[in-house]
Amino acid sequence: MVREITIGQYYHADSVIHKLDPRVKLMGTLIYVIGLFVVNNALGYLVVAITLGTVIGLSKVPIKFMVRGLKAVMIVLLLTVSLNLFLTPGIQVVHFWIFTITMEGIKASAYMAIRLVLLIMGCSVMTLTTTPNHLTDGLEKGLKFLEVFRIPVHEIAMMMSIALRFIPILLEETDKIMKAQAARCADFESGGIIKRAKSMVPILVPLFVSAFRRANDLAMAMEARCYRGGKGRTKMKPLKYTGRDYAGYILMAVFMAITIFVAIYGTLPFENF
Amino acid sequence: MSIIVNHLCHVYGADTSQPVKALDDVSFEIKDGQFIGLIGHTGSGKSTLIQHLNGLMKATSGEIYYNGKDIYDKDYKLKDLRSKVGLVFQYPEHQLFEVTVFKDVCFGPLNQGYSQKDAELRAFHALRMVGFPEEMYYRSPFDLSGGQKRRVAIAGVLAMRPEVMILDEPTAGLDPKGRDEILDQIARLHKEYNMTTILVSHSMEDVAKYVERLIVMNGGKVMFDDVPREVFKHYTELEEMGLAAPEVTYILNDLKKSGIDIDTTAITVDEAAKEITRALRAANKIR
Repeated sequence: MVREITIGQYYHADSVIHKLDPRVKLMGTLIYVIGLFVVNNALGYLVVAITLGTVIGLSKVPIKFMVRGLKAVMIVLLLTVSLNLFLTPGIQVVHFWIFTITMEGIKASAYMAIRLVLLIMGCSVMTLTTTPNHLTDGLEKGLKFLEVFRIPVHEIAMMMSIALRFIPILLEETDKIMKAQAARCADFESGGIIKRAKSMVPILVPLFVSAFRRANDLAMAMEARCYRGGKGRTKMKPLKYTGRDYAGYILMAVFMAITIFVAIYGTLPFENF
Repeated sequence: MSIIVNHLCHVYGADTSQPVKALDDVSFEIKDGQFIGLIGHTGSGKSTLIQHLNGLMKATSGEIYYNGKDIYDKDYKLKDLRSKVGLVFQYPEHQLFEVTVFKDVCFGPLNQGYSQKDAELRAFHALRMVGFPEEMYYRSPFDLSGGQKRRVAIAGVLAMRPEVMILDEPTAGLDPKGRDEILDQIARLHKEYNMTTILVSHSMEDVAKYVERLIVMNGGKVMFDDVPREVFKHYTELEEMGLAAPEVTYILNDLKKSGIDIDTTAITVDEAAKEITRALRAANKIR
């Protein structure tokens, strides 16, 4: 199950989106999310969906990878949708037992569902097209200005990249340990909730031990190479904007303008009830 | 009774942009009581293959028969297979989790459904089998040295009393002394209990001394499957796969090239020494 989360899993392909500067992609994601929360009507969601569709098309990443990311948040999605559906006051449509469904409830939950789906898919486009290293590079350089406020941007970026790098390693380790225990006839699937929780112990203990061991090794290796934080460090591949990155920024501004415009003027006739 | 592997294929990441064929039409049979070396370069598919043998991985296509039964049958109990085919992973000490060594070794038999008493008996026996010192049974497994940890982990699998024992690079990361000790122990277990043993390694030196049959893998395919002597005759091909024959093979072949009439099939240092003295004596006599 843990393997289904797409966030932090890079899909290799040769596309314009992959080649974009990570700062552009980060900014793009931010603008996209803002746009998604600015729009408040069907036309607006259509604009956002079309934008996302175009970006996914350009990225050459098969759509099933983004859908896979959705699976992991299915429960959150269902919960939000049902809460919105049953708890929004307004004109009553259906009523049974303690549940009341209102017209407003249907609308709110549908919008919430669309919003969440678009949000998750949009964010996974970024993580699918950008390697974690690139991403933290982009963050580090993009947020450099915060150093004025004495925020250790480099250190935070380094921590992030290490954390991201550890995700696949720990997943692999979990897989290995699970297999090793399964080879000793361990059973993770049957039994009640307490028995199942207990059956996690033979996985979690070795996993923690190995996480500490790896962290220790890494710290040692970094120290051996005289790592001492960000001051005066140069990059092997410094980030530089190219023409397509500027084009990206312009398209983002256009997207922002359209969403704001649609949010103010774009209410479709059928929505006024 | 045997393990039959029939046209086994396994593809990793079939639905990603870079599928990898880890096993490509692998077929062989392992008879009871054999001591087999499975050799291949990193990424040759040997680890993938052994995980199929106890049903931890499912093949993309092909079948495996254990004692005549298809392990991919719907009503075949994989748990039974796993207690019959013991698999010791690479760096098995990373799987230790219990408070004491003894409890950790009990984990397998308890999972098999044995009572606490029976499990303890089996654990005790298994720890004896690997020669683990008795006064350390109640120490925390995390306080032990690398070699001792590995013994405990191997005992953890032995305690299930498997019919087949598969060891994935049991000597990786050990010093030469620890390596020889572990390998001698494995060879002794094979001899004493007539357990079918599969030793996975990428070091020819390690296995040449012990095994009676060598399976060489490369790129997911079985390249050679024969007694070690025959396999080492192909030492130039082995080199192309990133493997090497034992050092003595090179010495003997060089001697032969320099014109000495010598048999090049020796695989251990002792054998080679005998053969070289014999050849040199013979050469001197002719003079």
